[in-house]
Amino acid sequence: MQLARVIGTVVATVKNDSLEGRKLLVIQSLDANLQPQGAPLVALDAIGAGTGELIIWCRGKEASFPFRREDTPTDCTIIAIVDSDRHVTQGRRPK
Amino acid sequence: MIIARILGTVVSTQKDERLRGKKLLIVRPLNLDGTEAGSGYTIAVDTVGAGYHERVLVVAGSSARLAEGMKDAPVDAAIVGVIDTVDYVND
Repeated sequence: MQLARVIGTVVATVKNDSLEGRKLLVIQSLDANLQPQGAPLVALDAIGAGTGELIIWCRGKEASFPFRREDTPTDCTIIAIVDSDRHVTQGRRPK
Repeated sequence: MIIARILGTVVSTQKDERLRGKKLLIVRPLNLDGTEAGSGYTIAVDTVGAGYHERVLVVAGSSARLAEGMKDAPVDAAIVGVIDTVDYVND
């Protein structure tokens, strides 16, 4: 799982039947210092994230687990919204 | 998932039985602004009826098998959507 920022949305009217009604978002992966890392991806939304939010996404086959896992074709799914940028810390947790 | 453009098609007669009747397309990854991201390509199985030069969503890895009609097929990339629009903030 990795951190990313939601930076946009994708609209696709014609899509695989198993993606009907699902929200597609553009995300930019971030490193541990919340700096952009790598190319943007399109992710399936499992929790109701929106543009600008800091999120956690899951890659691979496990990305289909929040949905009907036997027939949802996704390799990139948003599975959590981070409370805020301040809630990502390194080293000892601040008191 | 990545955004890609359909560059062409591949025809294969002798193939795994589970690929029978499936359209094989050559796709190239795109940047968000629609420009091509490098010169690489992937062969992806079409599950939605996409056509030449369309912008599509491509799922890679074992998830590609989960698309409708792809059960147990030996594929690692599937086209699962035709893109209408991409909106994004550029900072």
